Amino acid sequence: MKPDLDDDPGQFVAQSSTLPSSAEQRPTSRPSVEQSSAVLNGQRESPPIPAAPLAVDVHDVTVAYHRKPVLWDVDLELPAGRLIAVVGPNGAGKSTLLKAILGLVPIASGRIRVFGRTTSEARSMIGYVPQRETVDWDFPVSALDVVVMGRYGRLGWFRRPGRRDRDAAMECLKQLGMAEFADRQINQLSGGQQQRVFLARALAQEAAIYFMDEPLAGVDAATEQAIIELLRSLRSAGKTVVAVHHDLQTVPDYFDHVVLLNMRVVAAGPTGSVFTQANLQATYGGRLTLLDEAAEAVRRGRPA
Amino acid sequence: MSDFWRLITLGDPNTRVVLLGASLLGLTAGVIGTFTVLRRRALVGDALAHAALPGICTAYLVVGDKSLIAFLIGALVFGILGVLCISFIRSHTRIKEDAAIGIVLSSFFGFGIVLSRIIQNHPTGNRAGLDTFIFGKAAAMLRQDVLIIAIIAVVVLAAVFLLFKELSSLCFDRDFAATQGWPVFALDVLLMGLICVCTVIGLPAVGVVLMAALLIIPAAAARFWTERLSIMLVIAGSIGMASGAIGTALSALHFEYTIESRIVHMAVPTGPAVVLVATTCFLLSMLLAPQRGIIADLWRRYRFSTRIAAHHVLRALYEIGEVGGDFSNPVSFDALLRLRSWSAAALQRELDRAASRTLIRAVPGGFALTDSGLAEAVRLVRIHRLWETYLVSEASIAPDHVDRDADEIEHVLSPDLIARLEDTLRRQGRLPGAAGGAAASANAECVIPTSPHPIGGPQP
Repeated sequence: MKPDLDDDPGQFVAQSSTLPSSAEQRPTSRPSVEQSSAVLNGQRESPPIPAAPLAVDVHDVTVAYHRKPVLWDVDLELPAGRLIAVVGPNGAGKSTLLKAILGLVPIASGRIRVFGRTTSEARSMIGYVPQRETVDWDFPVSALDVVVMGRYGRLGWFRRPGRRDRDAAMECLKQLGMAEFADRQINQLSGGQQQRVFLARALAQEAAIYFMDEPLAGVDAATEQAIIELLRSLRSAGKTVVAVHHDLQTVPDYFDHVVLLNMRVVAAGPTGSVFTQANLQATYGGRLTLLDEAAEAVRRGRPA
Repeated sequence: MSDFWRLITLGDPNTRVVLLGASLLGLTAGVIGTFTVLRRRALVGDALAHAALPGICTAYLVVGDKSLIAFLIGALVFGILGVLCISFIRSHTRIKEDAAIGIVLSSFFGFGIVLSRIIQNHPTGNRAGLDTFIFGKAAAMLRQDVLIIAIIAVVVLAAVFLLFKELSSLCFDRDFAATQGWPVFALDVLLMGLICVCTVIGLPAVGVVLMAALLIIPAAAARFWTERLSIMLVIAGSIGMASGAIGTALSALHFEYTIESRIVHMAVPTGPAVVLVATTCFLLSMLLAPQRGIIADLWRRYRFSTRIAAHHVLRALYEIGEVGGDFSNPVSFDALLRLRSWSAAALQRELDRAASRTLIRAVPGGFALTDSGLAEAVRLVRIHRLWETYLVSEASIAPDHVDRDADEIEHVLSPDLIARLEDTLRRQGRLPGAAGGAAASANAECVIPTSPHPIGGPQP
């Protein structure tokens, strides 16, 4: 059922198979992955920790860009109420993973569930902080306008945001320490301030799970502190955060759950047990050139 | 000129309807053009307009007669075909978007020109009808044509009004809008559809070659005046409307001039006239807009540089006095001249200015600081020295390098930043004395760090 590299590469992208639910057993040759899901039956080495609801359930997902696979057979189960880091080298597919979960890029195969529902059903529970570079910061809007956009999802067609939406947006700005910049045009903000505006916008979405793409990249120390405090308060409130993170040094300090990704999941689980030298070596060691070459061959449609 | 005035004030019954149509067209183009520019689809709009020409010719060949509805449908069909070709080239070949646009635009347009020549040479070919689509002829608009424009204008403006938040969300951050559940692909198609329709109804009046300009220029001009999207839409619509009306009125005039003792009549086609009016608005906006305009920017720089020059004079007087230990000693013009690399004329100008603000006074032997001047000088020197000390102690910059750095930075430090700077240095014990506040007295040294470098000698 899994696409073979000898098959027609076009089929690789076109396929969107329905797979059975994730009751199948995990191969024991994988690095140890701690499961907190009650879905799996008890055929594992370690006893399950008491069931916490699964925030994200990714099953056998493959994603291709222009016919080149960038994520291979990803299996992921992320628990709720944690601060989860996604780390890996450049080109590992970290942003792609986020976008696949959010439905922004099509998946070639597999299935994704957020809190047990499809992404479109779970929209009101999802908040998103994209990378800063994806936006034109010369756009004629103020910081408050951007945060109010976070409330658009609950407004429905044709309605304009009202006083309540603006007040709520103002509260989010205050939480990020940006209240005095509310009327400032966004191109007059520094990188750290822009990042805070993005976070305030996500807060305004009042989600249960937040997906953040490199929220701490290129921000000053004060902003980094402010963001971490915000993430911790989100966790205390029972929210889940999945953040692509670029700085390995700070992963153990900031995040209690980590996903090590390099085109496929190397390991995923609580930071204490998973963030090990061996796993990091496997993620960053650059031993997967074969996989990369195979992917390139698929893209070209010719043997490597 | 009186002709123009009569036209523009709608005094001429024949052209009233035409001017109304041109105004509505300009209004619509300005509004939808704002989203076009923000969504970076402006050049696609240009390709659309050029690709419409063969459509118009084909419609004529099919219908056999001049019919605006047929022309518009033909324009729309071929225009959309052109846009689809661009999309195809971009996604299925290695050719990038700008080249793809150029290829489609020129090939469709060339094909359209050929078709129009064929039609002209045809015995029953109505040449005036097709040529006017190249550069536009608003005067050829009939009452029912203006009715079509009016209907489209209402539809476009209603769509923009109802979908303001959806469209602005789409243009600002498409991915984020998608995660909120908005159908971004459909919205993109809708926006492109509005652009198509607005372009096509403008073709009879403005012509294929310049229609895109009417979409782009009012929006670009409006950007200079505001930082808010809703206001930008209003301004772009107004500039578009004015350009449409004034350009059309101008194109209805006949100009006479003499060449080699022959009198020549000339009338400017509508498209170029409208675009030139719009461009004038753009140039005026670029020069005159209060925040983003060029003149405002130059004025701000001028004010800033005079402020800096005034600071330098006061600081120079203070530093010379500091060396001697007595601030009431007159300082000679030459001593000041030697301290910095300023020209004698510039120095004299600044001294006059400072004197007129009673910060210094002329005394026998030179100049001296007044009490208010001394207070201001103390404030300036303190900031300068604080920053120098910080650079030397924290940034490890060599002491003889920091004077110029501080020179450039001290004028833009906010009071909050200065307070934090002082706090940091005091905590590290790098500030002499423990006095707080900048008392303007002979004990000013208490709050002013000593200079890390020797005073005097030419500064760069």
